[in-house]
Amino acid sequence: MEINKDLIAASSTPIVLAILAEQDSYGYAILKRVRELSGGRMEWTDGMLYPVLHRLERLGHVEARWEVAESGRRRKYYRITSPGRAQLAEERKQWHAVDDTLRGIWQALSLQVPASHPASAAPLPHGA
Amino acid sequence: MASPDHAESLEEQIDQWRSYLRRRQAIHSVDVSELEDHLREQLAVLVAAGLSSDEAFLVAVKRMGDLDALSREFAREHSDRLWKQLVVFPSDSREPPARARKDAIVAFFLAVAAAVFIKVPALFGVQLDQDAAFYIRNLSFFVLPLLAGYFAWKRRLDTRTVRWLAVAFVAAGVFANVYPFSERGYTLILTTLHLPIALWLVVGIAYAGGRWGQVGGRMDFIRFSGELFIYYVLIALGGGVLTAFMMMIFEAIGIDAERFIQLWLLPCGAAGAVLIGSRLVEAKQSVIENMAPVLTRLFTPLFAAVLVTFLGTLLWTGRGVDIERNALIAFDLLLAAVLGLLLYSISARDPRAPAGAFDGLQVVLVISALLADAFALWAIAARISEFGFTPNRVAALGENVILLVNLAWSAVLYIRFLRGRGSFSGLEKWQTSYLWVHAAWAAIVVIAFPPVFGYI
Repeated sequence: MEINKDLIAASSTPIVLAILAEQDSYGYAILKRVRELSGGRMEWTDGMLYPVLHRLERLGHVEARWEVAESGRRRKYYRITSPGRAQLAEERKQWHAVDDTLRGIWQALSLQVPASHPASAAPLPHGA
Repeated sequence: MASPDHAESLEEQIDQWRSYLRRRQAIHSVDVSELEDHLREQLAVLVAAGLSSDEAFLVAVKRMGDLDALSREFAREHSDRLWKQLVVFPSDSREPPARARKDAIVAFFLAVAAAVFIKVPALFGVQLDQDAAFYIRNLSFFVLPLLAGYFAWKRRLDTRTVRWLAVAFVAAGVFANVYPFSERGYTLILTTLHLPIALWLVVGIAYAGGRWGQVGGRMDFIRFSGELFIYYVLIALGGGVLTAFMMMIFEAIGIDAERFIQLWLLPCGAAGAVLIGSRLVEAKQSVIENMAPVLTRLFTPLFAAVLVTFLGTLLWTGRGVDIERNALIAFDLLLAAVLGLLLYSISARDPRAPAGAFDGLQVVLVISALLADAFALWAIAARISEFGFTPNRVAALGENVILLVNLAWSAVLYIRFLRGRGSFSGLEKWQTSYLWVHAAWAAIVVIAFPPVFGYI
């Protein structure tokens, strides 16, 4: 199953922030975590993560530092900031709202499949 | 799998990938290292899973995503990077911010000094409007020593070089001022025109800072000169707008600002702008695409078209070149323009790149200019004795010969390069060495012409 690009783009901010809320991390590890969490269904183009991280850095939601990894290479680690946590909480609320709405409509749909369409029977609002 | 051969080719591949990324303006080198760390970790995982290093590289690069799309994403996030800060200090240019600020301050004070210098003679009763002859022959000395000093400071020139540069300026000052020029004479005008050319080379030696002996150092100076010229024109345009507004608003309250503008704003601004322009060119060096080569790309085909049409018309109609007083100077300017086009396209060209269509066009331009000039010279040579040898005419003729030789040999080198028999760097070497000839001729005109022609 391929997830639509817009959805991936929209969900990238909360996903990255949430992963960084677990612990400080760097690009490759963040992508690995995304893959684990989604069971491989969220396929991000690897490079595209970095502009997202840089945007979050610019907005002050994360901060970056360079460290020398055990491999001996310099690696850029990201850490969530307190405005970042606030943003995450906000995103979480919004996604909950979206999720609730969708759940509601999915449930309604599965219940009323055999029933007639009540909406179509109602008169159209004036001017529609 | 882990044979050194493979490891080496993998490193090479990574190098190549890195250099592709580096070329993207929106992706800075820190971003490249971040992406490279990612790529290497991905490679290690794939190799551990049993892929050969070549396969792993292909997969890892594919996963990283299309470079164009990636650089677009980066550009969207960092749109400022495409419009590099020109005046403010770029945050990640090679010079540290403290040095950049110091540099800007020094340049600013030198610009102020140039503005003051130009008014210093007024203290001794030498007025800009009354003693025009003094001012025009000394124009170079108000600004160029300061510019050379700026580069001497910036490049930390050793005292020996600085001493030689000072000697050159003093000697030039003596030659310009001891000759008893007649007021508004030919030789005075010639000195005025040629002294800056000769002294520009002195500035170049300071600019190159020890790299004058190398082709690269002189080429950088050529690039610098072109960019400075463009900046200066832009600053002048801005200054023109400012002056116009100043006249207008002061006139509205009944004050005539014209005299202030003529005696203060214009000369001081023009002198200071040379230093400010130089500082700007230095600061933005390699930050954005240089402008001179872009203009060259635009105008080389147009100039070539005009010249080819001119030659065609000349042959078709059988008209001779009509030699009047200024024809020689007009053809000099034409050759100088063509030389400029050639120089700046050379300066922007990667010497290792193979010959392309634009190179062919360049040759057409040079050869058609040479032919047009040859027609003109032919016509002039036939009648030069009739006109007499005035200093102007000799200077123009000498200039013409110098440019002609330069372009002719350039054409030979270029054609050799096009036919795969020579390298492009040969052409670079020729052009950069030829700077000496231009300066030497200018010096001859300044030093020898006035006495030879009796200071007329």
